[in-house]
Amino acid sequence: MSKERIKIAPEFYDIMPPEYQDLVNRATYGKEDRGWKDIGSAKELIEEHSLCAGCPESMAFRYILASLPNPEDTVMVGSTGCTSLVFPHVAVHNIHSLFGNQNAIASGLKRALTVRFPGRIKDVVVLAGDGATVDIGLDMTLQAWFRQEKFTTICFDNELYANTGGQESGLMQKGFVAKMAPVGKTFDKVRLPEIARESGCHYVVQCTVSKPSLVEKVIRNAVHVAREIGPTYLQLYTPCILEIGKNSMEGLQEMRDSEKPTERFAFKEFVSEPAKQLLAELAAKDKEKKAAAKEQLAAQQA
Amino acid sequence: MTQYKVLPGPEHFLPPAAASMGIRLPNPGEGHINGVIVPEEQAYEEAARQFLMAKVPTIFPGPLVLWAWNEKAAKKATAIRHLYETLKECVTPQQRAMLIPMPDYRPKYPKINPEVEINPNHPNLTIWHNKIDCCMFVGVHCHQANLSLKIIRGGTSCYTIAMCAQAGHEDAMLSFRDASVEKIMKLAEWVRKLKGTVKVSQVVSKSGASN
Ligand SMILES: Cc1ncc(C[n+]2csc(CCOP(=O)(O)OP(=O)(O)O)c2C)c(N)n1
Ligand code: SF4
Ligand SMILES: [Mg+2]
Repeated sequence: MSKERIKIAPEFYDIMPPEYQDLVNRATYGKEDRGWKDIGSAKELIEEHSLCAGCPESMAFRYILASLPNPEDTVMVGSTGCTSLVFPHVAVHNIHSLFGNQNAIASGLKRALTVRFPGRIKDVVVLAGDGATVDIGLDMTLQAWFRQEKFTTICFDNELYANTGGQESGLMQKGFVAKMAPVGKTFDKVRLPEIARESGCHYVVQCTVSKPSLVEKVIRNAVHVAREIGPTYLQLYTPCILEIGKNSMEGLQEMRDSEKPTERFAFKEFVSEPAKQLLAELAAKDKEKKAAAKEQLAAQQA
Repeated sequence: MTQYKVLPGPEHFLPPAAASMGIRLPNPGEGHINGVIVPEEQAYEEAARQFLMAKVPTIFPGPLVLWAWNEKAAKKATAIRHLYETLKECVTPQQRAMLIPMPDYRPKYPKINPEVEINPNHPNLTIWHNKIDCCMFVGVHCHQANLSLKIIRGGTSCYTIAMCAQAGHEDAMLSFRDASVEKIMKLAEWVRKLKGTVKVSQVVSKSGASN
């Protein structure tokens, strides 16, 4: 994989907007060790976004893009919500689906890509809010998992419908009062990670996005397992600072507070047996590659 | 029933798809002008005339030619650049030929820079900003071109030309079909041939090409 696939016709290079020139010259596509550390130096990893200042979704989205193992051959499926404001800035193929339909669209897309490009690895990654994933789209979410569709579902869990001003969602905590849910939530936060495991997901993680290296690791794992084995699910806490009354600098602390072992976003991971085996194999290969690189470096220096 | 004509707008907020108004696509060897099928030769002459008449004649190359997908796309890119250079040479100092890319189709949110690009979801912004009064689409996928051409007809008075690689565009005011390197070069020849014979449009529009 490389940037070979995205060359600008030389006659038009001078008239292309700078983002596209940067994409072909400096994008991280094809870079073996691309990851969250590339953020800030590559325009394609969302230089500008249109979310609220300091919204943790903006960092989470960047970590995801930087961590995709195969960005040129990845199609992301989005849904309406705050994330859909960012998709126009994303240099990975993406489809905006009707609210809630994201996992149905992704199912068809993944199957079609498999038929159309038999020899090529094509990854499909859904990225949707909690309203889209667990409420209006729950049918589509679960059915895709029951059918063992081979793609990754990522839920940006901000515990409410942020984009429409703060309505109650199934992932909201019990008792929470939002701007447009004044009575307060009367039932518990839906335990979607457990439901995902029981519905057939082979790799499930719930965490916050306070640690980029952790996000990078779980994204990679989820994409690899989905590619080889079956559905995977990531539930990432991206607090809506606007709705919980925090200012733009407080998102990180909010995540740190909520990920403590006794809190609702304590790290949770479920891995099926076949997925465990695959991840172990991948880790072994990675180790081998690193050792070989080290040896090569030592030989060069000698 | 009077025949619908595909004319410069502003038509109204939602102009009808020309196909729904009975406009047919040309057969090979033909083009259409305002929805009337004409021999291709006539379309070359009229397209060249429209370019030379406009104050800001502009070419909008789309993703199919901006990106070097293959050898064919690369050759088309060379031909389009040649057409643009020819146009630049053939217009008077009062006119300003432009070449503005449509690099992809994503809606540019929250804002586009209309000085450097055009987007099919709000092409009117680029047309208004640069006061473009004649434009040619080339290398834009059919469905995006149709969407865009309709928006332009709806909200601006810009004359639209489609150099279409497939069966042509009803929603443009003038359309070629089966676009090739040869056809693009031939249009450049026509521009050169008509140089100095066409009077520049005197119409003054207040906000760009819209009325
Ligand atoms: C079919 C449909 N129903 C309802 C809406 C209105 N709508 C837009 S965004 C949204 C809420 C999104 O909430 P969530 O999925 O949690 O994403 P967030 O904005 O919180 O990131 C809703 C209900 C819509 N766009 N389409
Ligand atoms: S409304 Fe909330 S989730 Fe949406 S962009 Fe603003 S802070 Fe982020
Ligand atoms: Mg939400």
